[in-house]
Amino acid sequence: MKKMVLVVMALVLTIGLAACGSKNTTNNAANNGANQEAGTNNGTTGGAEGGGEELSGSILAVGSTALQPLVDQVSKKFMETNSGVTIQVQGGGSGTGLTQVAGGQAQIGNSDIFAEEKFKDAEADLAKDLVDHQVAVVGMATVVNKEVGVDNLTKQQLVDIFTGKVTNWKDVGGSDEKITIINRPASSGTRKTFETYALGTKTEDLQGSIQEDSSGTVKKLVGETPGAIGYLAFSYLDDTVKAVKYDGVEASEATVVDGTYPVWAYEHMYTKGEPDAATKAFLDYMLTDEVQNGDVTELGYIPVNKMTVTRAVDGTVTKK
Amino acid sequence: MEQSAVKGQKTNSKSAFMKPHIREEWVGRVYTFVCILVLIATILAIVYFVASKGLSTFITNGVNIGDLLTGLKWDPEGEPAVFGALPFIFGSFSTSLLAALIAAPLGCCAAIFMTQIMPGAGRRFMQPVIELLAGIPSVVYGFVGLSVIVPMLRAIFPGQGIGILAGSLVLAVMILPTITSIATDALAALPGGLKEGSFALGATRWQTIYRIVLPTTLPALLTGVVLGMARAFGEALAVQMVIGNAPHIPRSLFESASTLTSAITLSMGNTISGTAHNNALWSLALILLTMTFIFVFIVRVLERRNHR
Repeated sequence: MKKMVLVVMALVLTIGLAACGSKNTTNNAANNGANQEAGTNNGTTGGAEGGGEELSGSILAVGSTALQPLVDQVSKKFMETNSGVTIQVQGGGSGTGLTQVAGGQAQIGNSDIFAEEKFKDAEADLAKDLVDHQVAVVGMATVVNKEVGVDNLTKQQLVDIFTGKVTNWKDVGGSDEKITIINRPASSGTRKTFETYALGTKTEDLQGSIQEDSSGTVKKLVGETPGAIGYLAFSYLDDTVKAVKYDGVEASEATVVDGTYPVWAYEHMYTKGEPDAATKAFLDYMLTDEVQNGDVTELGYIPVNKMTVTRAVDGTVTKK
Repeated sequence: MEQSAVKGQKTNSKSAFMKPHIREEWVGRVYTFVCILVLIATILAIVYFVASKGLSTFITNGVNIGDLLTGLKWDPEGEPAVFGALPFIFGSFSTSLLAALIAAPLGCCAAIFMTQIMPGAGRRFMQPVIELLAGIPSVVYGFVGLSVIVPMLRAIFPGQGIGILAGSLVLAVMILPTITSIATDALAALPGGLKEGSFALGATRWQTIYRIVLPTTLPALLTGVVLGMARAFGEALAVQMVIGNAPHIPRSLFESASTLTSAITLSMGNTISGTAHNNALWSLALILLTMTFIFVFIVRVLERRNHR
């Protein structure tokens, strides 16, 4: 009898706590579920065109957590139509992805930034063997807490904020509130993108600034902390935070596509040398209209073939 | 006929050689020996791996070991890169010490209540509930910390809410089961004669507890606290979510700070192995490993005092 009571208590506690923990993931799970359904529908139609020769092999795709959901979802659809191919998708960060693909442990290395930006000095040779496949574009918006009363920041104002020259919102036309910077770790690809294309300069980690690795945490902190500023990929934007204009240009898919909004980056899938048949088929499948207009858009990325501008490794942007 | 007799003799002599109890003896000995070999090999491999990677910061990247341990500036991607890990070491020590300070009285008092004041139901019911805390994944602690503790601290104290105090509070809850269960076991193992003698002399229950029970079990209680601190020292994810991760020594308990573990988890995946930044992270891991050895050593010393 007493044992029964104990077991019941334990169960109640576990379930209660588990519910607390998963509150933030239920939304995601629901979304994924919906996407998955859409995915299978598309998958069956796609099977007809894809089914010609029998592909086989196993592909390991490692790297960027920002790109992981897309690769994961597309790989499932690809495996449905090509039963001989198994694709494993793992996270670990852009650095891990590039190291493993260059070392031959993985067939595909997912990265948020160009390999040439990551492999520098002594490792520069490693980047030469890698072949770049750009599969999507990610736009990044500067986000602030809703209470700060600012809806446009110039490049100079952003630089002043992120280098610590300006520490109060009233100096950039907002309310009298101390600025709290929610940054990314110095090694992060997202931070590199933001520093290169929004600030144009490297920044140091300031005393009192907060660094978080996951976009979900950044969004939560910016939404809750008074006077907070951070940056997020477009897919994470919602009404808990406020996306500000950059030099008067709104952060949106349209402005990224026509080249007026500069803060965006390619999502890369690197292979070492030319890929084998199965890997090549998978990468080609990533670039089909079905995936680009389906999964890529669904998950909040921008299709790479929609872009009217291209950007080279050194950052120069040219009209297509 | 003859043949079978010879055969019989042969099997006989064989079974004499491999009598069941001798065979069991050998199987047991070989099995335990293999297990301990695997364990030792694993430990040595880990120590070698961390040490070789961690030491290459000083050997191949030419970072001064003194600069790493006492430097205040951590700018691994800057030109030139600066590796000063003191803010992380400071953060790790202050969070785990503070967590132990919060959790030790709670855990020890809970153990006293369960063993001395309400021994029957208290122990049967409370101990499993407290030990349940140990089974909760650390990401849940981190998320609860971020959703409950940080906003609460932000509302009560000046500052961002995030920081060393938030990290310590989360850690205190996490190490509570370690401290409580070790303290409970120690208190329950106390010979009954000691207490009865004290009662016979006319001491009240409270006098018995703090004059007899606590002093006798103190080394064991401290063992629990040190083990709890070791766990707090090595915990990464939950702390990383609530501490803010700025590589600076904070000016208050409510300002973004960093620990060794949070610095490692934050950047390990983003750096290329073999680069100075990556090696420096391995050096931080080496510091952590050394600290764990020191904690284990302290526990051994305490245990020896306990047995005397």
